[in-house]
Amino acid sequence: MDTIFKINHISAGYRRQAIIKDISLEIKKGDFIGIIGPNGSGKTTLLRSMSRVLLPLKGNIMLEGKDISGTNLKEFCQRVAFVAQDTAINFPFSVLEVVLMGRIPHLKRLQAESKKDIAIAENALIMTDSLYLKEKSIDEMSSGERQRVIIAKALAQEPILLFLDEPTSHLDIGHQIQILDLLKRLNRKNNLTIVMVLHDLNLASEYCNRIVLFNEGRIFKEGLPREVLTYQNIEAVYKTVVVVNDNPISSKPYVVLVSKEK
Amino acid sequence: MNRHLKRKIFILFIILAMAVLLGIFKGSVNISFDKLFLKENQPILYLRIFRILTAIIAGGGLAVSGIVLQSILRNSLAEPYLLGTSSGAGLGAVIALVIGVSRIYLPAAAFIGAMLSIILVYALARQNNKIPEQSLILAGVIVSVALSAIIVFLVSISGDEALHGLTWWLWGSFQVYDFKLLFAVTLIVVFGVLAVYIFAQDLNAISTGEEEAVHLGIDVESTKKILLLITSLITASLVCICGIIGFVGLMIPHMMRMIVGPNHKILIPTSVIAAAIFMVACDTISRTIFPPLEIPIGVITAILGAPVFIILLKRKQRAK
Repeated sequence: MDTIFKINHISAGYRRQAIIKDISLEIKKGDFIGIIGPNGSGKTTLLRSMSRVLLPLKGNIMLEGKDISGTNLKEFCQRVAFVAQDTAINFPFSVLEVVLMGRIPHLKRLQAESKKDIAIAENALIMTDSLYLKEKSIDEMSSGERQRVIIAKALAQEPILLFLDEPTSHLDIGHQIQILDLLKRLNRKNNLTIVMVLHDLNLASEYCNRIVLFNEGRIFKEGLPREVLTYQNIEAVYKTVVVVNDNPISSKPYVVLVSKEK
Repeated sequence: MNRHLKRKIFILFIILAMAVLLGIFKGSVNISFDKLFLKENQPILYLRIFRILTAIIAGGGLAVSGIVLQSILRNSLAEPYLLGTSSGAGLGAVIALVIGVSRIYLPAAAFIGAMLSIILVYALARQNNKIPEQSLILAGVIVSVALSAIIVFLVSISGDEALHGLTWWLWGSFQVYDFKLLFAVTLIVVFGVLAVYIFAQDLNAISTGEEEAVHLGIDVESTKKILLLITSLITASLVCICGIIGFVGLMIPHMMRMIVGPNHKILIPTSVIAAAIFMVACDTISRTIFPPLEIPIGVITAILGAPVFIILLKRKQRAK
């Protein structure tokens, strides 16, 4: 598999204070990578520097062999899309209008959306099972529906890489599985490369082909779910006692929490 | 542009034309339709036409300023009057008049006042690098009241008769007092509105969130700076010719969002026309309700606009 995204020794943070230090990571085409780690360990900071919201203090990031700090932001956004944790939109845009915004990186200033753009947006809605929401207003739907629409907007950018920052943290388990199944399908069928920050270790284990475990601004361990999700690694990073079993259906590692109180 | 939208714009233009005609034929002096075009009545006709032009320019400019501020701040309560920008511009202009600067430089002085008031309001409202909605409006209203008080203070201590007549700054008027200035302001507002329209797509993205806009390839920081500069310039120039007029930038965009939706490509042009209609109508009311007295235009917009503000505020509280 080819490397499409390469992070070389980056440090990044806020007010010149590095939160992540000397991170290197290679993302290959077709990967479904889960980034896990305790709160404040730098997962979101990494994702923000990968998507050019935050400039790295040191190091560089290459997209398809080109340094991203030197490329045009619009061209970058034709290749890379981002889905945030929860996108509250205050204005009553229709779902189609929101998804059409995903075409902005492909449009020139004042250029109206063509029939092709509308077809792409509708197709993105079909892929996320939300075409029936098309005419609805974005400010009056459930968070699960809204998150599907936001993913559809990202797909309308026609990216080769999709970054997501805890896309399911505001959803109940039914909607969590729905969103993650959708991502898995996009990963398999459309060969979309996905990098996702996740809180839930078991969901990461279930869906990702590679897992990156963060601790205190550095990569603690990186590899297959089975290699990363061991009780030694998790206890060392999260400072809590766990037991790791196998999921009886998928036979992926399954982390069970153990309370210290008897 | 779809057919539906074209029809809405067409209807708006017809209403504007009717409002303009009504504004020309109605006034504090009652002159019948046919006599208005007689030579001896020409000054009155011209005066009314220029008043209406002022009203149209003011409406369009205030509506666009409101739309930009609402989008950038993601707050439907934002507008130049409630954020203190208009008062800052008014104070700048009044100080320039007290010092005795030529009238044609008034927009520059008002612009400086507007920029300083924006910086002040932001500094007051900011808490840990964030600007909470309520504190922004609170800071804006406080700055607005304080700056208006300074205007009144300056006007009352100045012995100058001409300045004494300038209390209208506080509540606005469309009386044309300097044609050169009106021409200059018209140019600034027309180009300002067109410049904002170029950013319609960016405004859509920014109104869904700043980081969302970055992920769509928009240079949010410079776009915001450019747009704030343009709206301050529009607001400041308008204050120079028609004083401080509140709530128009709040009311009209809100109404138009309900009718045509929040897409800025549509919202901007329809709001400009709707606000022009509204201002021409308000001006006609102000001239004809108690002739020969003239009700300040800002009084009418405040009476109509305050309830809309309350409705929006209540809806926000319910949404939380």
